Amino acid sequence: MIAWLDTLLQGILLGGLYALFAAGLSLIFGIMRLVNLAHGDLIVLAAFIVLVLMHALGLDPFLATLVAMPVLFAVGYALQRALLNRTLGRDILPPLLVTFGLSIIIRNGLLEVFSADSRRLSAGAIEVASVQLGGGLAVGTMHLITLASAVGVIVALNLLFYRTELGRAFRATSDDPEIAQLMGIDNKHIFSLATAIAMVAIVVSALYLGMRATFDPTIGPARLLFAFEAVIIGGLGSFWGTLAGGIIIGVAQTVGGKINPEWQILAGHLAFLAVLVLRPRGLFPRVGE
Amino acid sequence: MGLLEAHRLAAFYGDFQALYGIDLELAEGETVAIIGANGAGKSTFLKTIAGMLPAPAESITFDGRPIGGLPVADIVRLGISLVPEGRRLFPSLSVQENLKIGAYGRREAGYWSLNRVYDLFPALAERCAAPSQTLSGGEQQMAAIGRALMANPRVLLCDEISLGLAPIVIRGIYAALPKIKANGASVVLVEQDIVQALKVADRVYCFQEGRLALSGRPAELSRERIHTAYFGT
Repeated sequence: MIAWLDTLLQGILLGGLYALFAAGLSLIFGIMRLVNLAHGDLIVLAAFIVLVLMHALGLDPFLATLVAMPVLFAVGYALQRALLNRTLGRDILPPLLVTFGLSIIIRNGLLEVFSADSRRLSAGAIEVASVQLGGGLAVGTMHLITLASAVGVIVALNLLFYRTELGRAFRATSDDPEIAQLMGIDNKHIFSLATAIAMVAIVVSALYLGMRATFDPTIGPARLLFAFEAVIIGGLGSFWGTLAGGIIIGVAQTVGGKINPEWQILAGHLAFLAVLVLRPRGLFPRVGE
Repeated sequence: MGLLEAHRLAAFYGDFQALYGIDLELAEGETVAIIGANGAGKSTFLKTIAGMLPAPAESITFDGRPIGGLPVADIVRLGISLVPEGRRLFPSLSVQENLKIGAYGRREAGYWSLNRVYDLFPALAERCAAPSQTLSGGEQQMAAIGRALMANPRVLLCDEISLGLAPIVIRGIYAALPKIKANGASVVLVEQDIVQALKVADRVYCFQEGRLALSGRPAELSRERIHTAYFGT
């Protein structure tokens, strides 16, 4: 019994990581219906930027992430403004092709600069610390912080979306970009801000990616897949749904892995397919979709 | 000189020409109605003024300044707001948020504020927290007008605001017009309801197949002339 409870708990905590991966994707897809196939590679790129900042400035991973945030905000704004805005239109193919190409460019660029060696963001003692919950249950401190960060990111995005003028502009532009312009909203600027903010969420997910396990330039696409599944399970445009989606995948993976270690990844995908069959619009579809 | 002028304005949807050299003038404080059959180019004209369709710079002037082809958002900031055909409220925003977004990015205060819009359309105040899609058609139209007013426009362009509404609802909406005019907005109405248009407008323009067929003050226009200009027979 305790063993299963432990499995469930680990799954929920793992879901925090997937929700972090998915938050930026959810934001971009929710606002401009842009499927960013380079999302996973951008997470890996962000992890390398944190790594470089750690070594260059002698910082711990958390501080290096703080420094990286404004850098990636600017990168995100420029990426959307200079490149991705040009791909948006009635046709859904151009953004897919361009972000697919971007994904390849980032991956090979990182291989060229950093080689295929595995790296990690060393955080010291906190990596192996754990919290006793009693009854023989213990959870890793790092895993707890990951989930807490995921909840923090989701809360922050919700506040931004539903409590600020910029958030109203995000939702209005998502609803009806043509009429949004009639309100004096500059869609291109709004989209660029959305990607900039998504990049801040991406660097947070990169922090935990790099602290919890090793990473190398090639692991991006698998992260994209988990993130995308979490977004679809949760329902497009719902941040809490994205968190729920991440947790569902996380729990499915740990439960599947408990039954048979080979089933871990498979179980996550099966859970995704099951939700897709039962609730094609996800668990928390937004009004007007 | 008019506040808003169109000079030989032409408009195209791709290769299809929808407007052929329209001349139109709106003086400060005036209400102008554009009437015409379906497909006459009335909505196209408003969309072109609002910047949603391309136009040569000099073909539209606002306050003497050429504004043709400026980005939509820039034209709104200059003081021209469009109430789009079909209301087009933002479905994921509440009624109040729809109104607030009308004032997006504006710091300078004008006459119109949230409270003043609620005074103008008290029905909206009662439903302010409701999702915009739950409003009745008339309430949605009020919200769409209120949203445009929140920008404190000098020119308010209204596209078919009586479309699909019951006569009593239409009267309620048009009752707000004097107050809108009194507080600094000149108005261009596109209207299929000719009687309503002639009642409220200072001057009327009748479009026919993308061309100007007739214009003048309602009192000067006979029923026959309007009929001919409208149907083209």
